[in-house]
Amino acid sequence: MSTLDPDKATAEQLAAGRIAPGPDVELGLADASLVDDPARRAPLVLNNRSFHEVTDIISGYTENKPGKWWWPVFGFTATVAGVGVLMILYLIFTGVGVWGLNNQVDWAWDITNFVFWIGIGHAGTLISAILCLFKQKWRTAINRSAEAMTIFAVICAGLFPAIHVGRIWFIWFVFPIPTYNYIWPNFRSPLLWDVFAVSTYFTVSLMFWYMGMIPDLAMLRDRAAKRLKHSPGVPRALPMLSIRADTIRLWVYGVLSVGWRFSSRHWHRYEKAYLILAGLATPLVLSVHSIVSMDFATAVLPGWHTTIFPPYFVAGAIFGGFAMVLFLLIPARELYPNMKDFITHRHLENMAKILLVTGSMVGFSYTMEFFIAWYSGNEYELFAFKNRATGPYWWAYWTMISCNVLSPQLFWIKRCRQHAGWVFLVALLVTIGMWFERFVIIVTSLHRAFLPGEWGMFFPTPVDILTFTGSCGIFLTLFLLFMRYLPIFAVAELKAVMPQADPHHHGDEDAGGPEPAAAKEPA
Amino acid sequence: MPLSDYFPFLPPKGTGFVTPEGRPVHAIVAEFDTPAAVYKAAERIRDAGMRKWDVHSPFPIHGIEDAMGVRPTFLPRLVAAMGFAGAGLALTMQWWMNYIDFPMVVQGKSLNAWEPFMPVIFELGVLLAAFTSLLGMLALNGLPRWHHPLFSKDQFLEVSDDRFFICIEARDPQFDPMRTKALLEQVGGTNIDLVED
Repeated sequence: MSTLDPDKATAEQLAAGRIAPGPDVELGLADASLVDDPARRAPLVLNNRSFHEVTDIISGYTENKPGKWWWPVFGFTATVAGVGVLMILYLIFTGVGVWGLNNQVDWAWDITNFVFWIGIGHAGTLISAILCLFKQKWRTAINRSAEAMTIFAVICAGLFPAIHVGRIWFIWFVFPIPTYNYIWPNFRSPLLWDVFAVSTYFTVSLMFWYMGMIPDLAMLRDRAAKRLKHSPGVPRALPMLSIRADTIRLWVYGVLSVGWRFSSRHWHRYEKAYLILAGLATPLVLSVHSIVSMDFATAVLPGWHTTIFPPYFVAGAIFGGFAMVLFLLIPARELYPNMKDFITHRHLENMAKILLVTGSMVGFSYTMEFFIAWYSGNEYELFAFKNRATGPYWWAYWTMISCNVLSPQLFWIKRCRQHAGWVFLVALLVTIGMWFERFVIIVTSLHRAFLPGEWGMFFPTPVDILTFTGSCGIFLTLFLLFMRYLPIFAVAELKAVMPQADPHHHGDEDAGGPEPAAAKEPA
Repeated sequence: MPLSDYFPFLPPKGTGFVTPEGRPVHAIVAEFDTPAAVYKAAERIRDAGMRKWDVHSPFPIHGIEDAMGVRPTFLPRLVAAMGFAGAGLALTMQWWMNYIDFPMVVQGKSLNAWEPFMPVIFELGVLLAAFTSLLGMLALNGLPRWHHPLFSKDQFLEVSDDRFFICIEARDPQFDPMRTKALLEQVGGTNIDLVED
């Protein structure tokens, strides 16, 4: 066995069942993905699964009835989402006065929520695009759900700027539509850049997500067709109409999978298109949050008017988004059978490391903002930052610091980043902290502007609180529906990273004959 | 991609081969168990000079393009062209709207400064390029389509699970039911069967 080829060595050991859990078993949680031997590559799928088992397990998540937890959880999130929709309607019928905005603080929870959600949306594209370009194979287990999360987070994000304009029926003014009044939008405004950036981002993320799903939807289509052909007695969705659940699946998945027939000539163009989309989405994801930060940075307000904003916002977005991915996937892998074979401890540990890195970048940005406020000699800037840490909103500032900068530092300790419970806790804290970060940036800068006459405080109304809670409900409801009806994993990609997918791999299933060493190596 | 795939009322171009029941033959399909087996078989079919044939696999097999002799796709150039077209369109739109048709002075900046136009130029360039890569990929693949003769094969439904297939179409100039079948047997295919159109 050559230890110079970790893939091959791992494949051989997997085949022989020789891969054992790593040394850190005292928590009872470590699995075989945590191998520390650099000569062996950690397996991406545990328990030596075959292709057929992978197909069966993952299709089962959408084909079988969900666990008992699903309906109560879905009912709860759908109710919260319903309250959110009512609050939005109330706002539209009444006016933005139902929020706690005032003349001093005229952007508060609305824009906080917008930046919070759009930031969360960034992790999905980071996982699918940037990790794809870096050939990080572990992304295949989490990219589908992270992309879905991106779509739903951007939906929640788009909601807030749309409704905060007050008279939403004039929202079409932001688009360059030829009208009788001959006025065009001002393309020199970052707010207009935002319209283009967020809508492009949503569209491209949606295409990326959908394109990745085509083969997996075709898999669900084929399975439905097979069951319809071979077992006439399957349960019916609507008994009175005599329509089988599989007939609906065949049609819906059939239409969505556009007649995909797994042809290698198609795969060739598909992979190229996927790589191009990844290459396009990478600068896109960096541009979107940079442009969001310019909404603030191009204003002259102390605390907003800084050049560090674009990279600082991008790091924060990746940070908050990864926290949300972990927040959703750690419960999911407990609730769904066999999901731990795909989302292993190695995946959690990798994401914990990204949290540590991006959390430290965010901490560096916080420090650097303070340093520049002092170093610039600008008294307004210095006051804005002193006021953040010690003014009336000190509690928000210190919540942000402890959640975002201090809590991820736990991941220097190996045991913490390998323990799902600790990772979940930190992810939760980071999600809270990132909301507070946006609140601190927006409200503390606005509530003490240049003139004392512009000084005031912001107090949220119940409508503010219920609208934000409602947006969380909308997000979770959409995510639960995704988990119920669409392939949660990128099955085709997952199969392609399994050791037996390598055309030059000769495991036990390829019985007979010594390995032809002269197998043609593709250029 | 024959037009009759999209418009069923057009008469399909016959290949001259029919099954014993008199139905036109679309292809011969053979099954394989592993990516390694289908990879080696693909190399031999490529070397036998076949043109209209394909490998079907549940996931993209690494390096199968070379084993099949597939030429690199035209798609990246198409995407690049559309991306630059989108960027150019965005520049023209902003420049015309904010400089020619309705000049608007904002913060005393020069009317024809290109810098503030960059974000939208970038976004629209990416948008058009992304649309082109998804829709272009589907179009070059001849998708979407409702049906394909292969879908009528029960065994072919397993391709999305863990089976690998090689399908040699009757349109291939070298196609001959007996000899093609023998070739597929020779390269290790099992369950070799005719696919009706």
